[in-house]
Amino acid sequence: MSANQGDNHDHGHDDHGHHHKETFITKYIFSQDHKMISKQYLITGLIMGIIGIAMSILFRMQLAWPDHQFTIYEIFLGKFGEDGVMDPSIYLALVTIHGTIMVFFVLTAGLSGTFSNLLIPLQIGARDMASGFLNMISYWLFFLSSVIMVLSLFAEAGPASAGWTVYPPLSALPQAIGGSGMGMTLWLVSMAIFIASSLLGSLNYVVTVINLRTKGMSMTRMPLTIWAFFVTAIIGIVSFPVLLSAALLLIMDRSFGTSFYLSDIYIQGEVLHNQGGSPVLFEHLFWFLGHPEVYIVLLPALGITSEIIATNARKPIFGYRAMVASILAIAFLSTIVWGHHMFISGMNPFLGSVFTFTTLLIAIPSAVKAFNYITTLWKGNLQLNPAMLFSIGLVSTFITGGLTGIILGDSTLDINVHDTYFVVAHFHLVMGISALYGLFAGVYHWFPRMYGKMMNKNLGYVHFWVTAIGAYGVFFPMHFIGMAGLPRRYYTNSNFPYFDDLSDTNVLITVFALITAAAQLVFLYNFIVSIFYGKKAVQNPWKSNTLEWTAPVEHMHGNWPGEIPHVYRWPYDYSKTREDGEYVIAGQDWVSQITPLQEGEEELHH
Amino acid sequence: MTVFLTIVVIALFGITLWQMSKILKLSQLKDADNSQVANDKDNNMQGKLMLGFVIFIYLLTIYCFVKYRSFFLPESASEHGVSYDQLMLISMVLIMFVQIITQGLLHYFAYKYRGKKENKALFFADNDKLEFIWTIIPVIVLAGLIIYGLFTWTDIMNIDEEDGDPLIVELYAYQFDWRARYSGNDNVLGKANVRFIEGINTLGIDASDSYGKDDKITTELHLPVNRKVIFKMRSQDILHSAYMPFFRAQMNVVPGMITEFSYTPTITSEDMRNSEFMVEKVATINKIRKEKSKKLVASGDEALEEYTFEYYLLCNKICGVSHYNMQMKIVVESEEDYEAWLKTQQTFGEQLSAQASN
Repeated sequence: MSANQGDNHDHGHDDHGHHHKETFITKYIFSQDHKMISKQYLITGLIMGIIGIAMSILFRMQLAWPDHQFTIYEIFLGKFGEDGVMDPSIYLALVTIHGTIMVFFVLTAGLSGTFSNLLIPLQIGARDMASGFLNMISYWLFFLSSVIMVLSLFAEAGPASAGWTVYPPLSALPQAIGGSGMGMTLWLVSMAIFIASSLLGSLNYVVTVINLRTKGMSMTRMPLTIWAFFVTAIIGIVSFPVLLSAALLLIMDRSFGTSFYLSDIYIQGEVLHNQGGSPVLFEHLFWFLGHPEVYIVLLPALGITSEIIATNARKPIFGYRAMVASILAIAFLSTIVWGHHMFISGMNPFLGSVFTFTTLLIAIPSAVKAFNYITTLWKGNLQLNPAMLFSIGLVSTFITGGLTGIILGDSTLDINVHDTYFVVAHFHLVMGISALYGLFAGVYHWFPRMYGKMMNKNLGYVHFWVTAIGAYGVFFPMHFIGMAGLPRRYYTNSNFPYFDDLSDTNVLITVFALITAAAQLVFLYNFIVSIFYGKKAVQNPWKSNTLEWTAPVEHMHGNWPGEIPHVYRWPYDYSKTREDGEYVIAGQDWVSQITPLQEGEEELHH
Repeated sequence: MTVFLTIVVIALFGITLWQMSKILKLSQLKDADNSQVANDKDNNMQGKLMLGFVIFIYLLTIYCFVKYRSFFLPESASEHGVSYDQLMLISMVLIMFVQIITQGLLHYFAYKYRGKKENKALFFADNDKLEFIWTIIPVIVLAGLIIYGLFTWTDIMNIDEEDGDPLIVELYAYQFDWRARYSGNDNVLGKANVRFIEGINTLGIDASDSYGKDDKITTELHLPVNRKVIFKMRSQDILHSAYMPFFRAQMNVVPGMITEFSYTPTITSEDMRNSEFMVEKVATINKIRKEKSKKLVASGDEALEEYTFEYYLLCNKICGVSHYNMQMKIVVESEEDYEAWLKTQQTFGEQLSAQASN
């Protein structure tokens, strides 16, 4: 398609994009246009998000009021919620599918899929992805895997319920838990397709970033969003195939009687023939993806906030090179820290020492990023748009959640808080809430680019403040019930009288969760209404420097009418002044990347 | 109750919609600026809210530490737990210090530098000195933590059966209960494998192994105080995790392999029960239970039992529908009491011959 003319000036090819006749199907359904695909990712991701959050509400209600009967269980869970009593097996299923959906379908595909697709071509000055066709396949595979995952909820014996980490033997043996039958099979099929989708997407992103940058867009002039998406795609390519291997071996153990993960098992009055496998192997393979996955989720969010904070602070992001270096460092380290999920898995304790070392190292680039964000705010002229609020909120939860990582990453301290609510609080703040904030920030910021309309800012403010208070209200007290030694994934805590005094706190957490979830309805309302009735957006509402705002509001295939823009400077020349104190372009505190260097202006070496 | 809740939810939802439409209207009528981009008034308001938010975070932190201080586990009942708690305290103080400073700066800057039309941002893109400072400080601090942590870890995980006179106990996990197997007078566990499970031999002990004859299988875990115990853990079916929070001890139980953990209990159940912390804690719990019982009795159910503290072992790796109730009582007692209790337990050999004579 037109995408691979990035650098040449052949006018005959340059503007052929909008001569195609498009039918409804090629425009809205099997579209190969990156902007449409990004919307498809976003909407699918949001729908999965609604399912995921609704599940969390159900099991939070169970945790807060274990002896109450709620008709709502019967409505949503059917035979698993008879008479308003939640079945313990469906509780585990809800927890499992909530985790799977939020991590993979919302925060991997919904976040990275949406914004990588939207921003990579637009911000590097390309007409489309390197391969529009693969891009389309990637989305439809994701859609297919979402459908299968949702279908698995209706499996007779229940959906997968071995936790989102699906550790065998629990996930391998239907005798151990009902959900490990058909539900687990569908889970594995869905994930295998998801991995294929993610790989196609990632390869496309990497090729596009390397090959299709417009003239003048050197690597050091790329916005941090692109750096983040680029590096995220690389760690995805490195780690997702390993999950596929893990899943394949699990499928073989389940269906073909192999013993990769199973050994010496006696269950339901019967000895299984399996011999010689080890569940620890699965844990290694799973977390080899599982940990980089945290950064696959988080890095795009950090990239998005870097861009939004700089734009709204009217200041360059502080320490551009350090930010790029820390993205690279985090990506590298993320692939060699997986063992910190397994300190007490029975693996050699010496390995635990090694992983403690690498894990705590990752705190260094993370700290650098946090300090750089704070410094970017310093002496800025902050335009507190909803996107900016969510970005600041992200830095806040990233710090709060990240700091407790120092405790969990220490093999010694992990012993007593492992698999307690302390862990739940930690990862929800540092990757769940932070990445969701990144997603929201991105939607508020690039909504005008996606739909040509503005979202309502006051509803955005309401959404942010209720969410921000709610998120802390849910997850901050959770650290404390974790420190009390309360294990996660317990259907009810009432079987241990020692935990009786924690029940008030569980109620408090659930109330905050209900309020926070309700606040998301404000967002949904705002999102949907703004698409149709929002105020029409101007081309560059946030006065931003990056290339996507140089394209016209009206969507067209090929992004720019006529020639693609040339780039003359890095994207962070906000409030840059001449020697006499006047802005580089008089009266305007921003300089678009397509503006050539002005007379007497020096380009800084970034 | 449910009906009431449903009505409340519907009502709240209605109010939300109504309020939202009102906000929408207000935002459109109030001023001519309808660009949906933050103006000075928004910046002013949101900036102040940012300041309010950091105060909220501080208050929440104080509230949690004050109100929930009774949630923290009591002093460690094992020897290595003391250094665990020390390391935890140091890490906790450190991260709270960083948390308070960074959150303060972040939100204060968001407030202080809230945008105004006439303001000019400072073009400040780089400063190697600053970058160096906040790279090197975490490096030094983390190096300290890593080294401290690794020494403690090595101490805990270095399990030496030759050292001293450790008690060898097997922890056996299955859906959904625990068994303990004491190694008997020879202090050696008999060989075992799930393939030997048959009839009363529920742990799959190899009947032909003479070391196994004097093993004793129990449903409670009794430990003599101040004597090192080495746990050898075995699972019958799937992954479990033996979590003993009061001893700062946890290890996964993995089918197909034997995992180990070791500690020396230092506080007897009796002493822990009578400690100031526990007396207060149990009183609170019993008050809550009494309240609950009142309601239960009123609706015709049985009242809850009064709670007395016992150490416990719980399963901490998702293992199926009754995962939430997979527990075992742990009793730490004097050497004499322990010996007396152990005498009352049957050996595996006795069990077998008792069955044979039946």
